[in-house]
Amino acid sequence: MHNFDFVKPSSLAEAVKAMQAEGAQALSGGQTLISTMKQRLAAPAVLVSLTGIAEMKGVSVAGRVMTIGAATPHAVVAKEAAKAYPALAALAGGIGDPAVRSRGTIGGSLANNDPAACYPAGVLASAATIVTSRREIAADDFFQGLFTTALEEGEIITAVRFPIPDRAAYAKFLQPASRFSLTSAFVARTGSAVRVAITGASENGVFRWTEGERALSANFSPQAVKGLKANADDMIGDLHGSKAYRAALVGVMTARAVAMAMA
Amino acid sequence: MPKDFGIGASSKRREDVRFLTGQGHYTDDLQLHGQAHAVFVRSNVAHGRIRSVNTARAATMPGVLAVFTGEDFKDVGGNPAGWLIKSRNGEAMREPKRPVLAHGKVRHVGDAYAAVVAETYQQAKDAAQQIADDSVIEELPAIIDMAAAVADASNRVHDEIPDNLCYDWGWIEDNRARVDEVIKSAPHVTTLELVNNRLVPNAMEPRASIGEYFPGTGDYRLTTTSQNPHLTRLLVAAFVLGIPENKLTVVAPDVGGGFGSKIYHYGEEALVLTAARKLKRPVRWTAERSESFLTDAHGRDHVTRIELACDKQGNFLAFRTETMANVGAYLSNFATVTPTFLHGTLMAGPYKVPNVYVNVKTVFTNTAPVDAYRGAGRPEATFSLERVIDKMCRELNLDPFEVRRRNFITPDMFPYTTPVGLAYDTGNYEATLDKVMEIADVAGFEARRKASAARGKLRGLGLSTWIEACGIAPSHLVGVLGSRVGLYDAATVRVNATGNISVMTGAHSHGQGHETVFAQIVAEKLGIPESSVEIVHGDTSKIPFGMGSYGSRSLAVCGVAMSKAVDKIIAKGKKIAAHMLEASEADITFEAGKFSVAGTDKAKTFGEIAFSAYVPHNYPLETLEPGLEETAFYDPANFTYPAGAYLCEVEVDAETGKVDVVAFHCADDFGNIMNPMVVEGQVHGGVGQGIGQALCENTFYDENGQLLTGSYMDYAMPRAADLPFYNVDYSCQTPCTHNPLGVKGCGEAGAIGSPPAVVNAVIDALHRGGITHVTHIDMPVSPNRVWSAIHG
Repeated sequence: MHNFDFVKPSSLAEAVKAMQAEGAQALSGGQTLISTMKQRLAAPAVLVSLTGIAEMKGVSVAGRVMTIGAATPHAVVAKEAAKAYPALAALAGGIGDPAVRSRGTIGGSLANNDPAACYPAGVLASAATIVTSRREIAADDFFQGLFTTALEEGEIITAVRFPIPDRAAYAKFLQPASRFSLTSAFVARTGSAVRVAITGASENGVFRWTEGERALSANFSPQAVKGLKANADDMIGDLHGSKAYRAALVGVMTARAVAMAMA
Repeated sequence: MPKDFGIGASSKRREDVRFLTGQGHYTDDLQLHGQAHAVFVRSNVAHGRIRSVNTARAATMPGVLAVFTGEDFKDVGGNPAGWLIKSRNGEAMREPKRPVLAHGKVRHVGDAYAAVVAETYQQAKDAAQQIADDSVIEELPAIIDMAAAVADASNRVHDEIPDNLCYDWGWIEDNRARVDEVIKSAPHVTTLELVNNRLVPNAMEPRASIGEYFPGTGDYRLTTTSQNPHLTRLLVAAFVLGIPENKLTVVAPDVGGGFGSKIYHYGEEALVLTAARKLKRPVRWTAERSESFLTDAHGRDHVTRIELACDKQGNFLAFRTETMANVGAYLSNFATVTPTFLHGTLMAGPYKVPNVYVNVKTVFTNTAPVDAYRGAGRPEATFSLERVIDKMCRELNLDPFEVRRRNFITPDMFPYTTPVGLAYDTGNYEATLDKVMEIADVAGFEARRKASAARGKLRGLGLSTWIEACGIAPSHLVGVLGSRVGLYDAATVRVNATGNISVMTGAHSHGQGHETVFAQIVAEKLGIPESSVEIVHGDTSKIPFGMGSYGSRSLAVCGVAMSKAVDKIIAKGKKIAAHMLEASEADITFEAGKFSVAGTDKAKTFGEIAFSAYVPHNYPLETLEPGLEETAFYDPANFTYPAGAYLCEVEVDAETGKVDVVAFHCADDFGNIMNPMVVEGQVHGGVGQGIGQALCENTFYDENGQLLTGSYMDYAMPRAADLPFYNVDYSCQTPCTHNPLGVKGCGEAGAIGSPPAVVNAVIDALHRGGITHVTHIDMPVSPNRVWSAIHG
């Protein structure tokens, strides 16, 4: 690890200001960034910690909307969202291991947009809104490919607002080594509208599986997607799963998520 | 009734108190005044010609104390191979020099070609990066695939070895023609091509070494993560650096797992000693995890074709094996013996097969060196045998239990010499098969399978009946086979004046539990509390010259040496007692910690005798030396031959390809058991590693020689959730006939017997589920591979 300066602002305004420094990098739970720095693959001049900002923490529910502060660790979401939005709480509770869940945050996960991360699937399928220091961004506009988002230089995610679906579930299939998602499906149904978000599978990062959504909007049951596959050409092919395998898993994991949502 | 203490008791592991409370003392915990930090400059290409290593800028960077390159070690010795193997044509193996730091060429990703020593770790790291930036290495085509390596003589790992072949070994060459003939005319031949996957050892504690030099005396000390400090001392002192052995102390303090990878001497050890001498300061190095992945000696990596010839009833007629064994870029210390004498000699298994021939071609590639890893050769042999037998049973529609039973060597046949040269002393293979079928409730399998099917899962049952040769020794035999070292072991038993005991062992404990179990044996034999016995290991200045711990040899070799030293203590104690009790030595008996005159109530306690030996006021000084300390060296007459039967039950999710091991049953014959709990722990650990190999662990080099599975993000280790509760039985006991403890060794068994049981179970599940076109899946049997096999 190279040397760096460290600041820990206690308000969003201070954080926004600190991010204007040359070579500044926001640090939330650090579950990706710190490892990258230890391997000397990143060398920010200033780390701006977001974990001391009270207004960016916590889970609150108002009617059918749940808001999660961006600096809220996964373990807190797993606990505090369990009643209002159990599918999302279960997703949070299945990320990494206890140490990761105690440090890692939803804002950090979304800003990083790892193609195998869990949160992007939950956010996209829920049609959540990403609230930043500058604006509000719809989930459909936020994720723009591998490790790429709509965030601008210095822009900080402050919260994520979830409309709570009628039924939802996340079916995760683990990459055997990292225990990130190999191919996982988050299914959310509100009224008759169904959204399916797949993470871990695509070379373009998290995506909505529209073929699955169409089938499930007509018939919300596992049988509706049985045998359906995603387009293998778009899938990631690596040591842990061929393109064809991931394409098939898209259908399998979606069906399982539907079964879980109906249970 | 289970015993409370002594031999056969499940005494709690005393070492666990410090390990589990953070009080262990590992190499990296040692902080020394004035210490400096070494960082290695490692190749990021698999194969390259070193055009220049420019250290000028690095040498002037802040904190830098010294810089070393391959040139600095050109004239010192090489790290030798411990075993000379001869090819079928009688030629000696090709044995390229393994330098401390690479010069001329780099031969695998991670190959160190320079090193920096600086005041701080970060300064050394910065300077190492500078050297990498300032050096010119011309990348050459990487040699990764073994078949291609042998076929293409123009591309060479070592310029002087034209076909990248270390040796082409036949065992036993005289069997070859007969085996060929039997296979040609056999009623049935089953052929299986398989890969025994390369494994990264992944000890919890990475390798670490600290060198010290004492200018006042010219002495050196090396504190290092070693399974065998004396062997390391011999290699680094006599073979590599030319330091007299008596001027070097090697200390292996607590060591956090080795699994074989810490048997060997590595160049980093020579570097820290050289640097310490130059700087007259302690120099330390601890591997980063990525260095462990790239440079610890890996395990396995065989590509094998095995044929089984049999009659239509499944009676074995012959096995013929052709294996290519990957040795990596350099010969690690035991690399040449692992695929040969630890593999080929086991290719008869526990079976009375009359004809066996094994051919092993060992090949250099631009990958990390490969050497012995828990089981070492015997897992490879067992996997090939048990997989091809299972395939044959399917082809001929025979019961896999019955076929093994029919082919077992039976108890009346011992001692039994196999066609591949081993003399099994004793065993009862059918008893372990019966036992495992009983504890696994084989009769109830069909009901369990139906229950799984109701949940959408395919259930399968996989059997493996394994044997190994361990307690690695005896010297006279291994010498004939090419070993350059002896394989005895040694222990010193020092009775202190107050009657408690220090035992200095040549064996080294790095998780095995010697401190507990060895104390149990001494306590039992002397009739004293276990807490009065201390086991000292790992420091060449304290212990006798032993050969360390590997090959399931600690108890069967060093434990026996210790037992013999205790016998000498008792014999001397009788002489002292005879004098004190004014009786004839022949009339003195020793029992339950008391020396007595037979048929009288005259007696002296062990403590009184010990005290008398050190305060010899009333003592036969004219005929007997004072003191009570004895050393024994023990060189066994044969290997020991543990064996057993393993049954694995899996559930396969055909939609995702995921395999769950839902039950694992072991019936082992380890001979006499010293501590059942420790034995169970060893089996649990070994089976866990075997399941890891079978389902999870994939060491993958791409065509450029980059290790794509160089971190835990891509290298899958088995986790608690991947493993079932094990059902372990060791009640089938045929004590070893040639050591006085009757012990056989249990450290590697689990890793040897379990992989084929897992894979057999997966294939069984698929077949019972109607997926009959799948006859084999290479390890690791990952979800992707299972799914691809089903849909392929």
